[in-house]
Amino acid sequence: MKLNRRSFLQSTAGAAAASTLSFPAWAEDPIGVASVHDLSGGLDIYGKPMVDALTLAVEEANAAGGLLGRQIKLINYDTQSNMQLYTQFAQQAALKDKVAVVHGGITSASREVIRPVLDRFKTLYFYNTQYEGGVCDRNQFDTGVTPAQTVEKLVPYAMKKWGKKVYVVAADYNYGQITSQWVKKYVLENGGEVPSIDFFPLDVTNFGPTISKIQAAKPDFVWSALVGGAHISFYRQWAAAGMRKSIPMASTTFAVGNEHIVLSPDECNGMLICYNYFQDLKNPTNAAFVSSFQKRFGADYPNITELAMGTYQGFRLWAEAVKKASSVDRLKVIEALETGISIDAPSGKVTIDPPTHHCVLDVHIAEVNNKKLNVLEDFPQQKPADTAAVCNLIKNPNDNQQYVIKI
Amino acid sequence: MNDRALNVIGLALVGVVGAAFLILTPRFAELDAVLELTVFMIMAILALSLALVWGYGGILCFGQSAFFGLGAYTYAIAMFNIGESTGPLLLAIGLPAAFAALLGYFMFYGRISDVYLGVITLTVTLILFNSVNSTAGPEFHIGVARLGGFNGIPGIPPLNIPGNKAAPVDLEGMFYLATASLLATYFGLRWLLASRFGRIIVGIRENERRAELLGYDPRVYKLATFTVGGALAGFAGCLFANWGAFVSPTIFGLAQSAQIIIWVIVGGRGTLIGPIVGCIGIQWLTTALGANQPSGSDWMTNLMANAPFILGIILVAFVLLVPRGLVPTLGDIGHWLLRLRARPAAPSLKPKQAEEG
Amino acid sequence: MDLVVLVAIQVLYAIASLALISVGLAIIFGMMRVINLAHGEFLMLGGYAAIVATSNGMSIWLAMLVVAPIVVGIIGVIVERTIIRFLYGRMIDTMLATWGLSLFLVGLTTAMFGNTTVGISAPLGSFQIGAYRTSVYTLFVIAVATGVLAGIYAVMRWTRLGLLARGTMQNANMAAALGVNPPRVYAITFGVGAALSGLAGAVLAPVSGVFPTIGVAYVAKSFITVIGGGAAILSGTASASVLFGTINQIATFATTPVFGEVALLAAAIVLIRLLPQGITGRFFRRGL
Repeated sequence: MKLNRRSFLQSTAGAAAASTLSFPAWAEDPIGVASVHDLSGGLDIYGKPMVDALTLAVEEANAAGGLLGRQIKLINYDTQSNMQLYTQFAQQAALKDKVAVVHGGITSASREVIRPVLDRFKTLYFYNTQYEGGVCDRNQFDTGVTPAQTVEKLVPYAMKKWGKKVYVVAADYNYGQITSQWVKKYVLENGGEVPSIDFFPLDVTNFGPTISKIQAAKPDFVWSALVGGAHISFYRQWAAAGMRKSIPMASTTFAVGNEHIVLSPDECNGMLICYNYFQDLKNPTNAAFVSSFQKRFGADYPNITELAMGTYQGFRLWAEAVKKASSVDRLKVIEALETGISIDAPSGKVTIDPPTHHCVLDVHIAEVNNKKLNVLEDFPQQKPADTAAVCNLIKNPNDNQQYVIKI
Repeated sequence: MNDRALNVIGLALVGVVGAAFLILTPRFAELDAVLELTVFMIMAILALSLALVWGYGGILCFGQSAFFGLGAYTYAIAMFNIGESTGPLLLAIGLPAAFAALLGYFMFYGRISDVYLGVITLTVTLILFNSVNSTAGPEFHIGVARLGGFNGIPGIPPLNIPGNKAAPVDLEGMFYLATASLLATYFGLRWLLASRFGRIIVGIRENERRAELLGYDPRVYKLATFTVGGALAGFAGCLFANWGAFVSPTIFGLAQSAQIIIWVIVGGRGTLIGPIVGCIGIQWLTTALGANQPSGSDWMTNLMANAPFILGIILVAFVLLVPRGLVPTLGDIGHWLLRLRARPAAPSLKPKQAEEG
Repeated sequence: MDLVVLVAIQVLYAIASLALISVGLAIIFGMMRVINLAHGEFLMLGGYAAIVATSNGMSIWLAMLVVAPIVVGIIGVIVERTIIRFLYGRMIDTMLATWGLSLFLVGLTTAMFGNTTVGISAPLGSFQIGAYRTSVYTLFVIAVATGVLAGIYAVMRWTRLGLLARGTMQNANMAAALGVNPPRVYAITFGVGAALSGLAGAVLAPVSGVFPTIGVAYVAKSFITVIGGGAAILSGTASASVLFGTINQIATFATTPVFGEVALLAAAIVLIRLLPQGITGRFFRRGL
């Protein structure tokens, strides 16, 4: 990309602005933080809790006196489940609002839209969703869990409990495809078999034929990597066919969209899931967090989701790095994050893994029981081993791509 | 003042305003505004393609997004395989045009008309959506380009100066290209519609049977119109893939197809400037509604900030209050004002004279 | 053998659900030439009406079969009186207006119910067919669809309302000249179409779930079914549902849901190419 007059002016102006930030005259300006999430359209089921968590994080920071003596201003964009708006709002956040950091993106598709825009316009980017792993970009930090952190734990746990024959149903996109390959790998490593992996586009609601196919295959349990509102009907139809009691289910996507609340206990009790965060985690930090969250958004708030916590932790990690760097300058903050900054979060200790820009964090296996998620077992400090196999940003800081990890 | 003079004045006005916009915008606007305007210009070309096919050709095409999406995907796939943009650009126009010709042959020579055309074109774009959406697996690739399924194709390389791979078009260049293309499309269509061909397709739209009895084969003319519309939509798709460096299956979806129709209805069918205005207006509104959202507020505030909700109210109010579309209604008001001024000056105007213009 | 029975039930279910989601649209489009793009949202509202009623302690059957159609029927009449009646004879404008209405309804429902709504699960349990189990509710959906189609036939064939409706449909001016009040017939028709959509949405809610944006999943499919069926409302919807439902479900069984969907769409294209006026343009012409 040729540097033209305007982008040159922009970047030098940005650098000039950054270098003058420490002057007292500038100290009163608020620090801009952009949120780019879907608040309407089909994906708002994920986006709303994320923005709520980010709002709380910003308000907490402001109540504690802000960062570097400046208040933080949250600029909130609704991308309306529309990819074109992801590009437009990422451009606006970087060029017009000149924010210090962008938190946003839900699907991997939206991340891959935002990422090049923010790379080009030199704006720090946090992607806070669990995803398939493999992104390697010095400008980006990923606070969500990847398959090696959760699937690796849940597969042997479920196999020990239920048996060795695993039927996989997965959403037909990047995340579902890759996650189901990880599932297969761990099942085979643990001496099991995978008779079939079936993929479903995100708008499929008719699972009758699939349920019959699963019945014919007689697996010991079903692994679900289904995603989104339409796919909830799988669990419904599964239960309606009387299958829930005869063939159990495990998942690393269930409950992210509050499926356990939408469905009745009869339709999903006993399902095993594995995440970084559950609202019912027993530790003092989480107790304080949940109480202030419910104070802010109401005691009847359905459930603080994994993605909401990812976003909250993403903001906290960034804020910690800003304090350490004493600056909101992009490179200084990246360097501070790359020292392996860590926070004591509601989910436990969360640390940035410098080579991958992903997180080392606790994961927990839980069981769905009457609209609650009961934690059964904890696995402290899991490393992002999948991304680490392909990505080392300390050795290759100029690396910039999403790797497809060989499984 | 007669209609022909008005016509010339109108054309000149569009030319001057367009040229001024083209030259002045990058000098005075901020870069983010330039980038946003670029995508509006690209979408306006797409709106023009339907303005021709539906507004003038009378072909209710509910699947213009099929050609738009094909253009974008063709460009992306060809670009990854070829690397120099001249071929991909031509393919991104040619392939949708060929597809439109094939589909048009299938429909018009089957004597399908009216709302049935709408359903077939809608169905075609949904088939494309469903098919492309299920290509997430690594086994789906064309040459070195993976189709990517739901996630789409990111990181599409930009156009370059023809023949010179090392000279990609930069962001401002993209604005110039999109705006100049829009102007060229507008004037090209004006020319086309003023030609014999244009008069015949409008004649067919008004009364197909009569045109047929006069010796014109409506099927050939409809096919030609449809193909030109497909080529234009494909070209717009190619520019769109350039602008965002990204394409995904939602480009074929119902929301995208409906949006193009809405631009044309809002702006006014049977005009060219109308769909451009409608497109830019709706796009601007959608963007403005999505920016500066309140966070963590009560449900009423959230409702008032809900972009689809507000857009929905505006569309309903629009149909009821401005039924003919923006530009024709403004035109009516303009004519009415002109007549109001003309009346006292020429009170003895005879009907015969009035018809001469 | 058990597989054959199971597939047969699934195919019948696919036909039934297609007929259910299309019949309300068929009435509104067939009688009034209004392209109702808010049709999917009418179905969605039916689902919500049933959910709200059951969560307030009402029996699920009453909620689905009585409350949902009444609520959505009333909404339909309001929509007709405030918007649609200004747009008769302007098919394209009804498209824009109902698209706007659909966005409006999605926004409103999201704000009112949030996007995490507790759904209703399918009652009636399941039964065994050889090595397979399937839900009794599947049979219930088939029964409801049959009942709805039979009911429409009876009303159209044997009641005064049906006669007036058929007359107005064939020639509105002539009907008006003979003393029928077309605006009133239109309002009732729109209300009935909406009510049937509400019923369908409620009956399918325990199977597909309910969320504000679910309408898009329905609208294109039902529109294609209605047009494929052609001018006759009842026989058109029924025959197109049989054709498309069978193709869709058998293709899904044989391959994948995507291929099933594509097969349905491709069948629709071929059908309209062969029969440019829909199925009832050629067959069952004397049907209702």
